[in-house]
Amino acid sequence: MKTRLGAVLACGALVLVTACGTDDNSGLPGAVDFSLDGLHCGRTGTLLASGSSAQANAMEVWVNTYQANCEDSQINYKATGSGAGVQEFLQGTTAFAGSDSLLTDSEIEESRSVCRDGGRAIHLPMVAGPVAIGFNLPGVDDLVLDAPTLALIFDSRVARWNDPAIAELNPDADLPDVPITPFHRSDGSGTTDNFTSYLHASAPDAWPHEPDKAWKGHGGQSADGSSGLVGMVQQNVGAIAYFELSYAHQNDISTVRVDTGASEPVEATVENSSNAIAEAEVTGTEGDLALQLDYATREEGVYPIVLVTYEIACDRGNAPETLDLTRAFLAYMAGEDGQRALGEIDYAPISGDIIQQVRQRVDAMA
Amino acid sequence: MSSPSAPPPTPSPPSPMKEAGARSTTRLGDRIFSGLSKGSGIALLVIMAAIAVFLAIRAGIAIAADEGNFLTTFEWDANADPPRFGIAVLLFGTVVSSVIAMVLAVPVAVGIALFISHYAPRRLATPLAYVVDLLAAVPSIVYGLWGALYLVPRMTGPFQWLDDVLGWTGVFAYDGTPARSLMTVGLLLAVMILPIITSVTREVFLQTPKANQEAALALGATRWEVIRMTVLPFGRSGVISASMLGLGRALGETMAVATVLSPSFLINASLLESGGGTFAQNIASQFKEAGSMGRDALIASGLVLFLLTLLVNGAARLIIARRKEYSGANA
Repeated sequence: MKTRLGAVLACGALVLVTACGTDDNSGLPGAVDFSLDGLHCGRTGTLLASGSSAQANAMEVWVNTYQANCEDSQINYKATGSGAGVQEFLQGTTAFAGSDSLLTDSEIEESRSVCRDGGRAIHLPMVAGPVAIGFNLPGVDDLVLDAPTLALIFDSRVARWNDPAIAELNPDADLPDVPITPFHRSDGSGTTDNFTSYLHASAPDAWPHEPDKAWKGHGGQSADGSSGLVGMVQQNVGAIAYFELSYAHQNDISTVRVDTGASEPVEATVENSSNAIAEAEVTGTEGDLALQLDYATREEGVYPIVLVTYEIACDRGNAPETLDLTRAFLAYMAGEDGQRALGEIDYAPISGDIIQQVRQRVDAMA
Repeated sequence: MSSPSAPPPTPSPPSPMKEAGARSTTRLGDRIFSGLSKGSGIALLVIMAAIAVFLAIRAGIAIAADEGNFLTTFEWDANADPPRFGIAVLLFGTVVSSVIAMVLAVPVAVGIALFISHYAPRRLATPLAYVVDLLAAVPSIVYGLWGALYLVPRMTGPFQWLDDVLGWTGVFAYDGTPARSLMTVGLLLAVMILPIITSVTREVFLQTPKANQEAALALGATRWEVIRMTVLPFGRSGVISASMLGLGRALGETMAVATVLSPSFLINASLLESGGGTFAQNIASQFKEAGSMGRDALIASGLVLFLLTLLVNGAARLIIARRKEYSGANA
């Protein structure tokens, strides 16, 4: 009696878990072939890294490919979040950190104590990803919004979907009279930082709040992580939220086309975000490759809300025993093959000139 | 009433049996065992003290740097320069959601426990007790997912009804947005702490001396009167202890709250509308992107939770101590 009952209950719990787990957010296509010819392997060993969860899916592909082709190399990337990753890197426990925000000046100073040969931490832009704005509005698949309207929506100053401000941008859409529920991240996040940077740069009047990893806007609801936001958008008619493009694709969520002032509203696609990276300016000095995006761009086919994730490493390495492996792995990520793999999983490769500089910096890590 | 608590070891004339056993094992075995148990006790105290010291030091750093008032600021901007943060919202949310959970869970748990111990036929009582125990083994993230995906969408109706009936109080006003509020969290926490309160309470009720119950029956008491006169007074301190165990879980619950609640740093007068936050939820949400000051600030908030838990447990101990003469389970 007891065991049978237990089995039934355990099965029930299992069904609940798997039912909740069917939204595959790993971003990997069903069967992936990780073999790759001509991958240059470094010395064998174990490499520890941690940081941004925004690049976790890209890392998964990179790590699997590298390990499949380089025997006896172990690479552990923990998606702990940028803040925790940077902390671990500055304590010297990891070879590099993934971060979607730049180090502060004091953190760069701090890095001198863990970097070899008087080196310092530098930013290597490796992955970019469009931040899509997803919405749930039955009967409306195509929605165009501009920065001031987005700012008003996310600041709870436009309350209903049939508001004239929205209708003006979407003359052909049949907008229902439904309340808007904007959702934002409840946890600190580089995605929030990026999205609010865009709002602040492109619509400073409508979005007076300083860009930050923590949400500063008024009202709305919040949820934990991009997957939490996706769940909320799916569950609630009238919801709107921002998350990485891959989440929108895997869950069939319609995304907003952004009216940047270009002749055509720009869709959140991998290609349009690569164009944004091409426009970016390198602001780092002394070989640092920190980028400044032009959020207020009006160029054709440039999607302005793009999250750039950096690998943060010492310019001359931090531990002699893992230096060779670190270099080989970073070189693969920045190489043709590593960058090509990104497009297939909704990330944008870093474009021409900048990735060239990244490769040079990795080569120079000796 | 017979007290099951063991009398303090008094020197009594040794029985021959005991003497024989003692002679062969006392010296080494006893010494090792008493050393081990003493060691465990001391280790526990040392660990607790170490946690407190660690929390206090790191919290001190953060509180010294805090530009806002640590107790009253409605903001959590610990990574900014200068940092501004305060625990008012978190303290409110933690206490309110736990109180809701206790109010909902304790009466139900006592009811289930009484049913299992005194009403249900044995064939039903055993599997029922087993199912309740099994509920305690469900991981909190599963409760969280259940709450977010199943409970929240179904709370809109009841909340609307509460708003119609009691909306004028302000405490039960509801604006129709997704029901990810302290009330929903309290309800979910109630479900989560139900099994632990039920199983401890049930065990205590089962220990009510048969003699007392039969005496009550012999005086012509009905079953309810038996329960009221013997089981409940006997089990009261056990119920309090069980509730404290449940409260401890509710105060510290992290993932389920983080999954269900829509946190914000505003205190909403209405329990049904989103907003608020709890200590544990805030730590889980903010930790990933926290810098060094952000971490210390989170540790400071953790220290407050630590103190809150100590306070609550201390209060419970006091209540139990005052009712010691009844205590069956807590000596």
